[in-house]
Amino acid sequence: MKRIITALLAGLVFGAGLALSGMADPQKVLAFLDLGAIATGGWDPSLAFVMGGGLIVTLPGFAYARRRSRPVVAEEFAWPTASAIDKRLMAGAILFGIGWGLAGICPGPALTLLALDGTAAIIFFGAMLAGMIVYAAQKQIGR
Amino acid sequence: MDWTAFNPLAALSGGALIGLAALILFLGLGRIAGVSGVLGQVLQRPDSETGWRLAFLIGLPVGALLMAKVLGDVTPHVGTGTPNLGTLGLVIAGLLVGYGTRLGSGCTSGHGICGLARLSPRSLVAVLLFMASAMATVFVTRHLVGA
Repeated sequence: MKRIITALLAGLVFGAGLALSGMADPQKVLAFLDLGAIATGGWDPSLAFVMGGGLIVTLPGFAYARRRSRPVVAEEFAWPTASAIDKRLMAGAILFGIGWGLAGICPGPALTLLALDGTAAIIFFGAMLAGMIVYAAQKQIGR
Repeated sequence: MDWTAFNPLAALSGGALIGLAALILFLGLGRIAGVSGVLGQVLQRPDSETGWRLAFLIGLPVGALLMAKVLGDVTPHVGTGTPNLGTLGLVIAGLLVGYGTRLGSGCTSGHGICGLARLSPRSLVAVLLFMASAMATVFVTRHLVGA
């Protein structure tokens, strides 16, 4: 139960941060990604500060976690172990970037937009889930 | 620069909240707050991790809704901002985001907020690639095709 409540709290704070930061607004995201608008004065660099604000908190936070032996309400830290910079990582990042650049929506905002916008948000979310299911199926087949 | 839209303080404080959420999940549960990873794994066979994953995922829209009520003027619209995107374009974008984040083991939160904070070279490469790819895509849709 402690794990559920902790995760719910994290989700609530995460969602609030997405809405406050502007990341949950696809137009804002696209205006940030639009470097071609620099020439015409239409570029909005605000969202660069989202990652900045996040890292101000997480850089010292993860450094602190390294010095702890275990998390507060679970047995052990699940530190990511993958380190290879391989074709999968690169191809995945590039494909994700194309989708992100088309709609201005990454996975977190896809969830928050379910609460903030209508049918189009559901269509995008459904397609994103389908993409994840395709990946899982492909992996199970073993390719 | 678009000075009327520029609001670095909201972005910075929103980003700090996202970072705080990632820390709550990691220091509390020892798990990485990567939305694509949590969502992708919740779609697989239920196990002892499914409960907290669902709680985290439900928190996202609820937290956003609460913040939107506080701010009062949050009215984002999906599917606008890219010329002639349409429903088909939205579906293609969704498929690419879902498939790409799973193939590349992370998205803006897992690689961007958590991976960079862990000083992971793998995450740095992923972030640079998806940023470059997204910027190139917007350049094509807004300045080449949509112009």
